[in-house]
Amino acid sequence: MSDPDLSLLPQMVLDEGEPVFQEPWEAQAFGLAISLFEAGKFTWPEWATALSAEIHGGVQRDYYSHWLTALEKLVAQKQLASQGDLKQRQKAWEDAAARTPHGQPIVLKDQ
Amino acid sequence: MSHDHPHHDDDHSHLSEMDIRIRALESLLVEKGYIETAAVDEVIQIYETRIGPRNGAHVVAKSWTEPDFANWLMEDATAAIHSLGYTSRQGEHMVAVANSDQTHHLVVCTLCSCYPWSVLGLPPTWYKSPPFRSKAVIDPRGVLHDFGIDLPETTAVEVHDSTAETRYLVIPQRPAGTDGWSAEKLASLVNRNSMIGTAFADNPS
Repeated sequence: MSDPDLSLLPQMVLDEGEPVFQEPWEAQAFGLAISLFEAGKFTWPEWATALSAEIHGGVQRDYYSHWLTALEKLVAQKQLASQGDLKQRQKAWEDAAARTPHGQPIVLKDQ
Repeated sequence: MSHDHPHHDDDHSHLSEMDIRIRALESLLVEKGYIETAAVDEVIQIYETRIGPRNGAHVVAKSWTEPDFANWLMEDATAAIHSLGYTSRQGEHMVAVANSDQTHHLVVCTLCSCYPWSVLGLPPTWYKSPPFRSKAVIDPRGVLHDFGIDLPETTAVEVHDSTAETRYLVIPQRPAGTDGWSAEKLASLVNRNSMIGTAFADNPS
């Protein structure tokens, strides 16, 4: 898969001086949710309910950590990708990082 | 970037937990054909660079200079805003609320972070924070004070709670000393917070 260069994102700012995203993964999490919504995989109220459940779930996290957790759960609920598939794929990325020398792009096997 | 491991006793790459989670999710969804990487990147790029508070400032300045547009905006904000090319990708209903000496409007989303993206871009951090979300409802005058706004007792404060279906745009009062200004020049006075209700429009310098 392609590995977009997101290193510039943290420097981009809103009109009033605040970065929209603090780290590249936040932008990716944002873009993923919007893309899935636009592809009709869930409705906007469904998304708001999922996000709200995380925010009000009693766990203190950054806003986009809530966002990503809500997205993982909604994706499983909609049977787009199971929690098991996700765990397996997370392990694959961890392994990929471990066998990649510093400075080289991290890629999954057999992609 | 998080790829850069802080220690030098290792010769391979590391990914942060969040990096791993986002890569796992995106690579799976791309592989299954639900989304395309390019489309995700385009969404990010649009929200980073093309959608922001300037859109809302255009709407506000036009309402200050064109009474017909102002009336349309108050009656059917969704249509009036769409007429300027600012269409919502989430399909929510827009409501415009105009500040006056009698009433000051303040917008919050107590549920999560619903926000009029099509006209204001993405919300600032404070808008998403628990203290703002709870205090805006309980003590709106206190919140306004935190933002440096102290209203006379004769001005009522109305708090509007955004939802996934309905988003609010505050139309701040036009600053004095701007008679005869063009809409374009006026738009430069309309700051983001004034359209959420936590600031006034800037005064002409």
